[in-house]
Amino acid sequence: MIIKTENVSYIYQEGTAMASVALSGVSTEIGNGQFIGLIGHTGSGKSTFVQLLNGLLKPTSGRVLCDDVDIFSDGYNRRALRARAGLVFQYPEHQLFEETVLKDVCFGPKNMGMSADEQASCAREALNSVGIDESCYQKSPFELSGGQKRRAAIAGVLAMHPELLILDEPTAGLDPRGRDEIYDLISKMHSERDMTILLVSHSMDDVARYMDRIIVMNEGNIAFDGVPKEVFSHYKELESMGLAAPQIMYIMNYLKESGLPVKTDMLTVEEAAAEIIAHRNEIPVCAKIERQ
Amino acid sequence: MFKDITLGQYYQTDSILHRLDPRVKLVATFAYIISLFIVNTYIGYSFAGLILAVAILLSSVPVGYIFRGLKPIFFLLIITVLCNLFLTGGDVILQFYALKITREGVDLSVKMAVRLIFLITGSTIMTLTTTPNQLTDALEDLLRPLRKLHVPVHEIAMMMSIALRFIPILMEETDKIRTAQMARGADFESGNLIQKIKALVPLLVPLFVSAFRRANDLAMAMEARCYHGGDGRTKMKPLIYEKKDYMAYATIAVYFAAAIVIRVIV
Repeated sequence: MIIKTENVSYIYQEGTAMASVALSGVSTEIGNGQFIGLIGHTGSGKSTFVQLLNGLLKPTSGRVLCDDVDIFSDGYNRRALRARAGLVFQYPEHQLFEETVLKDVCFGPKNMGMSADEQASCAREALNSVGIDESCYQKSPFELSGGQKRRAAIAGVLAMHPELLILDEPTAGLDPRGRDEIYDLISKMHSERDMTILLVSHSMDDVARYMDRIIVMNEGNIAFDGVPKEVFSHYKELESMGLAAPQIMYIMNYLKESGLPVKTDMLTVEEAAAEIIAHRNEIPVCAKIERQ
Repeated sequence: MFKDITLGQYYQTDSILHRLDPRVKLVATFAYIISLFIVNTYIGYSFAGLILAVAILLSSVPVGYIFRGLKPIFFLLIITVLCNLFLTGGDVILQFYALKITREGVDLSVKMAVRLIFLITGSTIMTLTTTPNQLTDALEDLLRPLRKLHVPVHEIAMMMSIALRFIPILMEETDKIRTAQMARGADFESGNLIQKIKALVPLLVPLFVSAFRRANDLAMAMEARCYHGGDGRTKMKPLIYEKKDYMAYATIAVYFAAAIVIRVIV
């Protein structure tokens, strides 16, 4: 499934004094099993953009196409689209409402018109894949811990078997352990199920390594769109947008400016360490130690 | 869906009405509402309408924005008009089977409709030009004499300002939960009445949970800052009357007197 936006603009409260342009003329394509990161500062339009992709918002101008069909053409089944392009909102645990965890995860499949058996099997599968233990299935979702609630809520979207999974800041407010669990889960979804992932965040430090592509949004427009290394090479421009490249890039750039001829397009600590070790003979202190 | 309700929503702009002391505006609104029940002739209502038009002009709030506040009471308005139209006795001017329309009924229903529209519009102008905080400050100040009777004026004002403060937050929250459930395929539009009510459960349960969570957080934050009620509390922006406020009071007094004169003479 490929979702394409053509020159899409969105204006909030159009026609009032409070009108504000969230997106102006965005054209891009999401799909092909890519793992895509969407970064942008608060108010850059990224949350608006993701709601346009599955027809929750109607663009003020421009078109959104799913497999070359306009999703706002007459008679288009947008509810079916929402199952295929699953959207996990910020703080998804705030939408839990059922008496039991299992019933809550069944909500999506039920809305898609599945039979009770199918609902339950989809829900069990989804809960299993997010690592929620069977002993929790009959508990109230409000009894779960913060990280478990978040994962149960993500399962609620996964149970609809989306081909594209959009996650809006899925790790906001979680501790480092909960954050790692979520990222592991997402990269597992991507590799095992061949799902297209669109991950929205304002910091990409720890996930940049998994990504095929990064889209940078600034003031309602796409500022950069490319592979992570290329995007992060614009780290000075990113800074002017209130964003940052992975910390390791700063270290490598500093080393280079200080005279060490290292490559600077590193995304992970391991890569960077290997690069520095390869150049150890050119570091005066290390060279001296080696000679001794 | 929830963006239509203007009552209790401040419209940010600069105008004479915005700069007026909130106590003046509160008194003016009360005086205006009372005056609507004093006058009982079309001349009187035209006079009240004229004053309302002047107030709208002075507020520099777009007219469309003000009348959007009337939408929620539309049904109430219709029911009031219909009841008055058909259930008032007197000279029959039209009759369909059991339904009778009387001259007095027409007269009364028009007056009631005008009264209701003016009442809502008048109070909407106040809430559009006054922030909820200013409003409760004004209320607290005006009700201060009641403290002698051991009425917890400060606490009531605080409760009101918190309640008002939470209206936009909870509306935004409702919108968020609604879109989140729609992303999971929820359908809030189709189906019969019972299905529609059932469809609200996934919206209302998270909303209640979130309201309690927010209330809890707020109480904690207030205690952490040693909030202990009204005694000895000072204000960052104390309310002080200026010359224009006294002039506004004078204008209100003249208007109120005029309303009484119209009632007596006409």
